[in-house]
Amino acid sequence: MSPSKTFATASRVLRQLSHDPRTVALLFVVPPVLLTIMKYVFEGEPQVFNGIAPMLLGIFPMVMMFLITSIVTLRERTTGTLDRLMTMPMTKLDFIFGYALAFSFLGLCQAFISGGVMLGLLNVTVLGGAIPTIIAVVFAAFLGTSLGLFLSAFATSEFQAIQFMPAFIFPQLLTCGLFIARDQMAKPLQWFADVMPLTYSVDAMKQVTLHASWTNELTRDLIIVASFGIAALVLGSVTIRRQEK
Amino acid sequence: MTIAVKIKNLSVTLSGDVKALKDISMELPVGRSIGFIGPSGAGKTTLIRSIVGRLKPTAGSIEVLGLPAGDAKLRDQLSYMTQELSVYPDLTVKENLRYFAIMMGHTKDTNTIIEEVLNEVDMIDKADSLVKNLSGGQKQRVSLSVALIGSPRLMVLDEPTIGLDPVLRESLWKLFNKLKTRGTTLLISSHSMDEAERCDDLILIRSGKVIAHGSPSELKKQTGTKTIEESFLSLVGGEPE
Repeated sequence: MSPSKTFATASRVLRQLSHDPRTVALLFVVPPVLLTIMKYVFEGEPQVFNGIAPMLLGIFPMVMMFLITSIVTLRERTTGTLDRLMTMPMTKLDFIFGYALAFSFLGLCQAFISGGVMLGLLNVTVLGGAIPTIIAVVFAAFLGTSLGLFLSAFATSEFQAIQFMPAFIFPQLLTCGLFIARDQMAKPLQWFADVMPLTYSVDAMKQVTLHASWTNELTRDLIIVASFGIAALVLGSVTIRRQEK
Repeated sequence: MTIAVKIKNLSVTLSGDVKALKDISMELPVGRSIGFIGPSGAGKTTLIRSIVGRLKPTAGSIEVLGLPAGDAKLRDQLSYMTQELSVYPDLTVKENLRYFAIMMGHTKDTNTIIEEVLNEVDMIDKADSLVKNLSGGQKQRVSLSVALIGSPRLMVLDEPTIGLDPVLRESLWKLFNKLKTRGTTLLISSHSMDEAERCDDLILIRSGKVIAHGSPSELKKQTGTKTIEESFLSLVGGEPE
C-alpha cells in the first residue's frame, strides 16, 4: 500500500463528484432541510425532536454514503476502470482506502453543515458538545462507505445497488432505537439490533446527546462502528479480484 | 529473436462451462505488431484477459516478458486497453491521465508525461474537457493515451480502433509503428479484416482455436487469396460456425 496512491484515489473520487455539483448540493442540502422539516413535524413536542435530531444526524451520512459508494464502485466494476487498475502497480487497499478516505471526508463536511444547522438554527441541545457530535458523524459516514463498497460487489446493475438500500439499511433503521427504545421491541428484534452496525452509530449519537462528558459507552460504540467498517472494507477487498477464475 | 509472449496448451473455461479457448499455443516475438483476428465471440478478449493476467487459465501456461502472466513485476511493464472505455467519464482528460500516471508509479513529472501521451494521440487541445463530453473517437483516444503512460514494453489493446474514421485510424497505425521501432510489442485484437493487413503477424482465431498464424502475405500466399478476408474464409472452408 502506498500513501500517494491512496490519496490520489481519494482525490480522484472527490474530483469526480466535484464535476457533478448537483450531487454535491443534494448531499449537503438535503440533511439540514429534512432536519428542519422534522422540527416542525414535532412542533408540539420539542423535547422529542431534541432526542431524535442527533440520531438522524448520525443516520444521514451512513445512508447517503452507502448509496453513493455502492453506485460509484459498481461503475468502476462495470466500465472497465477497475479492470485496468488491477493490471497496474497499485494495491487493492489503495483503491479501497482511497474510497473510504474520500467519503469520510464528505461525511465530515456534511457533519459540519447539518450539525451547524441543528445546533445553531434549530436549537437542539447536545450535552456532549459539537466535537464529539462531529466525530460520531464521521464514523457513521465511514461505516456507510465501507458497507456500500462491500455490498456493491453483489450488485450487477445500478437498479440492484439501489434496492440494497431498503433491503439492508431499512431493517437496521427500524430497529436501531430511532422509533422506540430498543428494550421495548420484541426479543428477536433486540438480538437483531444487537449485531447490526447502525444500532451503535445511533447509540453513539444518543450518548453524545445525553451526557456532558465522554462516556465509556461512547468509546465502545465508536469502536464497534469502526470495526464493522474495517471488516466491511476487508471483505470488500476480497471481492475485488486481481485474477478471475 | 526474443519472445514477448509464450503460450503453451492454454485452455480457458469461463463460467457456465463455456470453453472460450481450447488448447492454444503460440510464441509472439518482441517488437512486432500482432493481430488477434476473428469474429466476435471467437475468444479474442478471453485470450487478451489471460495474457494481461486478469483471467486464470484453466489449463496450460502463459509467459509474458519471461514471467508468468499476472506476475506483480509485470504491472509496470505492460498496459491494457479494455474494450470498454475504462476511463472516468466524469473527469477531465488531464485528471484521468494524472490519476492513472500516479497509479503506474509516476509521482514526479506527471505533467510532462500527460503532455507527451496527449501529443501522441493528438488530443492536447482537449486536455481540460470532461471525457463524457467528447465524441466516441476522442474517448477512444483518451483510453489509448492511458495505455501509453510510462512507455510499457508490451501494449495489449482490445479493439483499439473500433469506431474510428479512416484518417484517425491511419494516424494511430503510424503511432503503433513508431512504438514498435522503440521495441514495444503490440497485441491488437480486431474483428475487422482490413485492419489485419496492417499487422506484422496475424493469429486467426475462431471458436476458441487458432486456425492460422503468420504474416498477412504468408497467409494470403498459403491460401492463394488476395485479401485476409478471403484467406479467412478459405481457411474455415466457408462454413458457418
